Amino acid sequence: MRCDVAIIGAGMSGLAAGLRLAQFGRSVVILERHGMWGGLNSFYKKDGYRFDVGLHAVTNALSPGYRGPRIPLQRIYRQLRLDPDLFALDPQGFSMTVFDDATLRFSNGLELLTQEIAERFPGEVDGFRLLGERCAAYPDSMVERPFVSTRAILADFIRDPLLVDMILCPLLYYGSAHENDVDFDQFKILFNSIYREGFCRPKEGVRRILDVLVSRFRESGGRLLRSTAVEAIEVRDRRVAALRLEAGGVVSADVVLSSAGLLETMALRTDADRVPPGPEVPGELSFVETIWVLDRPAKELGWEPSVAFFNRGSGFSWRRPEVFVDDTSGVICCPGNYRHDVAPEPVVLRATHLANHRAWFSFDPPAYDEAKREALKISESAVEAITGPFTSHALYRDMFTPKTVTKFTGHRNGAVYGTPDKRRTGRTDLDNLFLCGTDQGFVGIVGAMLSGIAIANAYVLSAKGGEGA
Amino acid sequence: MTDNEVRQLILDIIHDIAPDEDLSDVKPDVRLREQLDLDSMDFLDIVMELRKRHKIEVPEEDYMQLATLDGCVAYLGPKFAAIGSSAA
Ligand SMILES: Cc1cc2nc3c(=O)[nH]c(=O)nc-3n(C[C@H](O)[C@H](O)[C@H](O)COP(=O)(O)OP(=O)(O)OC[C@H]3O[C@@H](n4cnc5c(N)ncnc54)[C@H](O)[C@@H]3O)c2cc1C
Repeated sequence: MRCDVAIIGAGMSGLAAGLRLAQFGRSVVILERHGMWGGLNSFYKKDGYRFDVGLHAVTNALSPGYRGPRIPLQRIYRQLRLDPDLFALDPQGFSMTVFDDATLRFSNGLELLTQEIAERFPGEVDGFRLLGERCAAYPDSMVERPFVSTRAILADFIRDPLLVDMILCPLLYYGSAHENDVDFDQFKILFNSIYREGFCRPKEGVRRILDVLVSRFRESGGRLLRSTAVEAIEVRDRRVAALRLEAGGVVSADVVLSSAGLLETMALRTDADRVPPGPEVPGELSFVETIWVLDRPAKELGWEPSVAFFNRGSGFSWRRPEVFVDDTSGVICCPGNYRHDVAPEPVVLRATHLANHRAWFSFDPPAYDEAKREALKISESAVEAITGPFTSHALYRDMFTPKTVTKFTGHRNGAVYGTPDKRRTGRTDLDNLFLCGTDQGFVGIVGAMLSGIAIANAYVLSAKGGEGA
Repeated sequence: MTDNEVRQLILDIIHDIAPDEDLSDVKPDVRLREQLDLDSMDFLDIVMELRKRHKIEVPEEDYMQLATLDGCVAYLGPKFAAIGSSAA
């Protein structure tokens, strides 16, 4: 099979890149290993319930009537020619960060968070405002730069280590591939995405976003091949000559975009043993995620936040834990607590905790199932300590682990945010192979879509490799 | 193609790229970027839409010619004329 552009992976980045290119008349083939598209943010049916794999929040909410510099979601709508109503996004009510000695609520826009900081940390609020100003502009997404420690910079703005940790906790959970810190440019992106713009959610969950992307892609002439894994990237003369498929057959393309991850993509090359070694190592940060189906809305059980980030004990630690599941911190998400006019079905509460991928990969099948059951109990008591009792109302439970993440994305170690060393230019040492998505540096649903668009623009649509006039 | 038609065709493209913009009162001699919320990516899209819809190539060094509606007419008019005559 021949095409202009072949894309490895039908996650958010691959789909957005594919749609952008197909709309400009390129012949595009997306190759996806799984039977379902969506990658890390897909959806599935189990025992009669429909679940999203990962969706807690779509970040970068666009407030009605927003006027100001172009923000990421507007960029996506424009570049993909989508009517803003198509995703049917509703805003959150409020979210919060809960530590032993303080709770901070926040919602879309910085007002509520600033007010809460002024009340709980009166001496710090001016520093927080200055930090907000320092983060106001988005950094250039495709420029390579050395890692700059956010913790070092935050020390200039905020004195209280508790507040530093409380500001960082949601941002690291939603987008740092680095242990215990985050690159300052990435921090700015996360600060704006999560605090300044905030959270929203599609009424019907992630399938709404995916339906729009996939149907538009097909209408524009794109081909999406499911259950089609790329087995090898054949390299000749510093170029990808062809993609060999696991099921047999080859695809040849002028340009190949891969969302499979940096190291994962390199490992597929037929000249893998000759790829110049880089600084990149697999990420260490992975999660377990627990899902409870409840018999009534969480609000009726007294739980109101859309998303809550919690940490117990002193100091927030963002690293691969020693234990298989780390219940000292987590994220609790309740889709029913968004401002939807119709409550999502089923009623779901979900929680994320850091997990040790080595432990999970070392369990053999019976021990793995046993570990899941145990992790579920650990998660339950950690979450109930924050939300109050709810498990007597749980009709059903499901859980996924670092192994599941690897299964759905191919990412080594189940590293949700990929390698800590990003390839922001998206370039590789091959002339026609580029990276998009997680390892190009943009994470999350919105980030992944932006990444796909930016890479498609830079290396396919704008022949010179720049971003245009 | 008349000047008005070229102008309308550019406005049609802008409308598709930026459906939220009010195009009822675009001044032909003022830079588009000063009147509308268009950034460099949007200009790239205008160029690509011209290629896709009308088979007109605008090389990167000429992007500046498209800064105003008047500029578009002056620059694209002859190109449309050339296409029109070759098609006939
Ligand atoms: C529990 C959890 C919750 C999350 N919640 C949120 C959230 O609430 N909001 C948010 O914004 N983000 C969230 N994220 C993060 C978000 O899902 C990801 O950052 C984003 O979806 C990444 O998209 P991607 O296109 O870069 O990669 P992926 O989704 O990883 O897509 C890569 C695709 O490539 C395919 N592939 C890999 N190798 C091959 C091969 N050899 N051949 C063919 N296909 C291949 C994979 O099957 C996969 O479909 C969450 C993640 C997790 C794990």
